Amino acid sequence: MDPRRGPLAVPKVRRVGFFTSIEPSPETPRPNRSLSGPAEAITSSSPLSDSPSGQFISPVQIPPSRHHSDNLASRAAPVPVPGPSAFRRQLANDRALHVGSYNPVDSLLGTSPPSSNGEVSEDSGSLFGFQRSDSAKLSASFPNGGFDMTLRVRAPQESEAKVAIASTSDGRKKNVEASGEGESLAAKPRKEKETKSLKEKTSKAERRAIQEAQRAAKAAAKGEGSKRAGESSRPKPSKPAKQPQPKKEAPQVTSSVSEKRAVSVEKERRMDVPQTQMQYDDKSRVDKAKRRSVVEQTESKNKVELFLHLPQYERGNQLPNLSSNIFSLDTIHHAVYKVGLQHLAGDIAGDNARCIAMLHAFQEAINDYTTPPMKDLTMDLTAKINGYVSFLIECRPLSMSMGNAIRFLKNQIRKLPVDLSEPEAKASLCSEIGRFIDEKILLADKVIVQYAVTKIRDGEVLLTYGFSCVVEMILLYAHEIGRKFRVVIVDSRPNLEGQKLLRRLVTRGLDCTYTHINAVSYIMGEVTRVFLGASSIFSNGTLYSKVGTACVAMVANAFSVPVIVCCEAYKFHERVLLDSICSNELGDPDAIANVPLRNNKKHSKTMDNNKNLQFLNLMYDSTPAEYISMIVTDYGMIPPTSIPVIVREYRREDLLL
Amino acid sequence: MWRRSASFILDRSSNSPPMADTTQNPDAISAYYQTRAAHHGVITSDWLAQAQAAVEQPDSTHSGLGPNKSFNVIDEFNGWRKQPDLAEAVAAIRAMAAVIRASEATTMMELEIELKKASDTLKSWDKTSISLTAGCDLFIRYVTRTSALEYEDFNSAKSRLLERAEKFGEISCKARKIIAMLSQDFIFDGCTILVHGLSRVVLEVLKTAAQNNKLFRVLCTEGRPDGTGVLLSNELSKLDIPVKLLLDSAVAYSMDEVDMVFVGADGVVESGGIINMMGTYQIALVAHSMNKPVYVAAESYKFARLYPLDQKDMAPALRPIEFGVKIPAKVEVERSARDYTPPQYLTLLFTDLGVLSPSVVSDELIQLYL
Repeated sequence: MDPRRGPLAVPKVRRVGFFTSIEPSPETPRPNRSLSGPAEAITSSSPLSDSPSGQFISPVQIPPSRHHSDNLASRAAPVPVPGPSAFRRQLANDRALHVGSYNPVDSLLGTSPPSSNGEVSEDSGSLFGFQRSDSAKLSASFPNGGFDMTLRVRAPQESEAKVAIASTSDGRKKNVEASGEGESLAAKPRKEKETKSLKEKTSKAERRAIQEAQRAAKAAAKGEGSKRAGESSRPKPSKPAKQPQPKKEAPQVTSSVSEKRAVSVEKERRMDVPQTQMQYDDKSRVDKAKRRSVVEQTESKNKVELFLHLPQYERGNQLPNLSSNIFSLDTIHHAVYKVGLQHLAGDIAGDNARCIAMLHAFQEAINDYTTPPMKDLTMDLTAKINGYVSFLIECRPLSMSMGNAIRFLKNQIRKLPVDLSEPEAKASLCSEIGRFIDEKILLADKVIVQYAVTKIRDGEVLLTYGFSCVVEMILLYAHEIGRKFRVVIVDSRPNLEGQKLLRRLVTRGLDCTYTHINAVSYIMGEVTRVFLGASSIFSNGTLYSKVGTACVAMVANAFSVPVIVCCEAYKFHERVLLDSICSNELGDPDAIANVPLRNNKKHSKTMDNNKNLQFLNLMYDSTPAEYISMIVTDYGMIPPTSIPVIVREYRREDLLL
Repeated sequence: MWRRSASFILDRSSNSPPMADTTQNPDAISAYYQTRAAHHGVITSDWLAQAQAAVEQPDSTHSGLGPNKSFNVIDEFNGWRKQPDLAEAVAAIRAMAAVIRASEATTMMELEIELKKASDTLKSWDKTSISLTAGCDLFIRYVTRTSALEYEDFNSAKSRLLERAEKFGEISCKARKIIAMLSQDFIFDGCTILVHGLSRVVLEVLKTAAQNNKLFRVLCTEGRPDGTGVLLSNELSKLDIPVKLLLDSAVAYSMDEVDMVFVGADGVVESGGIINMMGTYQIALVAHSMNKPVYVAAESYKFARLYPLDQKDMAPALRPIEFGVKIPAKVEVERSARDYTPPQYLTLLFTDLGVLSPSVVSDELIQLYL
């Protein structure tokens, strides 16, 4: 891994989005951006990568601290490391065998060796050594429970690493903090996730967050310092102003030293959108997030540099881990937990379905919620929801629509009248959630169908891409009311969602043509309308949807075929998106690496060995507004330039408090 | 004045249609374009004077009709429609006002239902007229959705509605003035303006410019089959504006000497595009490809909640076309009277709400209707 990583990382790094000083080597060239950098950068960074300490610094990828310590551990205890290929192959085998609830196509990496070895290995520290030697470094990097031994080794080293990083970096205050923190942390097991009970860790963090939130509210600032010294297991919150902070951080951030900060944090949390804002190439943030995380995630090895700011994890190991912990996690409500697992496994796909499942889970959680004594429902419940949300994010990054729904929920919580009794408050929240689901999603779909159907005339050829439930409803309804038309379903690897749509349409008697996206430019000639679904639409009219949508829209545009996007208004987002890079989700690289062919195994083996090869499985892409002719929403048919109008006029209450 | 909020539009719409008897226009020919043609005939030098007179007349006619039970929106509307200077939407709104006057409803709800019926009748009577539909919609919307109507007592609410309806006709004329004022900044000395179709707004714009002593030249397309260009050039020459008539097919040929294109609109749709007399689309295309600005002058009551995706995506407005020779029976004739110009080919819209870019149209409409 080391040899592979070093050379890879140094020259290829390109950072996107925000990053902070902890950043390994500031001079690291960004070849894509400037040509002036490389020579200098190489000289400066190469020594680092050669030296052991450099290991911590050079891997530019989002290196979680865990990762470094892994390297350390493996180095400290030299174990024969079987080539990665062996491991990969095993992975492949496992995948084939252990599909479980996974949709084989969806779920990527399938189960990794540790999980195939069974939950046993995960639970028992003694197996760890065996496992590592057996199945290579990767498994070592799995932060499975019960590695007390490793933990001890790791903690000091890690703090060292942190210090080193801090000294090399530009010495901002934050770094100083970090290093100090690292030292103090060394004494304590810092990675709770590696201690045997996940539960304890999260609950602790959570409890603390809640506590501190309250404290901040009470302006009891003085007591905080001493308490913190005692507890010390959490990092100091970094300045909120530094970066747009994802909600993920919110609970943690709440515990700020000064009340002022608490206020600003509170404000920030109010504004925050849980989604994509976390920059995964910002080490310190990632570290913090990891410490609190419930889901064990392993960095994937061959990361795609352009997308370092996005989470890139090995797939497949989280699920068994999580499901084994299901009874020990009391901070996460079981309903939320279930939804998280379903998201992780890919059992629930589709934005609306995911969003509805999440909201139902929240409803249940709120129903079961009781305010702890001496606490305020608004504050405490918000913190709880934040915890749930960060758990869900760990399972799978939220979609934009889920972010909007969460924001809505938090707003509802915040707007609860103070004099409401707890049962009343809960009931009102639940009914608000129900109303949101009914009005903004279910009813909206029906309205969209009514509008969109007016654009389907007899004799048309409609093209759709992938699977969108609104589009499906439109097509079925149009068929029901007797329109005569033909449907072209364009699909793409690896998910092949279009087949689901195809099956449903054909059973209902629609005339369908099925093709893959490779043929889109051929088939487009006979098409008269393109109907697309959406994951989100941004203020500048950019459509954010399943990868491949942009291609379809552009081809349609070149053929002067109108492109109609069907999207519920709750998915509109006030942000602006210019490209598909800044905000995206990465799927399982193996899903595209493995083609279901006969000699597949041999093939993927050679592929895996190649350190110059990275698989990029993007989930979404963005379609510029000029390729969209019309957006059908529950507010009617509007041009893409009118998204901000809808956001401004109808979501005012949601956006401003 | 022109930067008022969208609610202003509502006021305007307040005059919509009365009741419904004659459901379908028996003729397949677009009534809207028949009216236009009739108006064109009237457009001579005394056109404006007549129009003025027309605006005065209607009220008196109405009061007589009011109590009559067998009152018919269509007749009412047709009566108003005859006034050459009265836009069709305004006629519709006046007819609607007459409905209110004639109504024997005793509650707001009843009145609403009556109005709704009337507007549906009007709309179905001529499905091809966008401004008629838009006017009716706006009026209904005004009646049903405005808080301005929250009076304790039904009669005062009703009289308030009537008041607004009365205002509407004036607003229509005023809108043209506002648009003419707004557009003056865009007409510079020595410019050449290409005009297509006979739009009262565009005529007003050019007239105002001439009155302001601007020096400019106008190219008029012929405007087959109505010969609108001939009529317009006639009007313009009376104002001592240098005019040149072009064949409709000579647009691309003369586009390089044109500085801007001015067109009116039958309707402004939600995408920000316009529906206008046949030929507008191709002129806009030519202008766009030669980087000439295309300006549209349209009153805001022409904003319609329509969203055509392409040319065939609207109810066709047919009209008779004379070719001067006998056309063999087997030969088909394209009789559509209008086309749709997508927003990307338009530069600016001059409306009484201000000078808008096409994308703002949807903004205004959303604020208005949602």
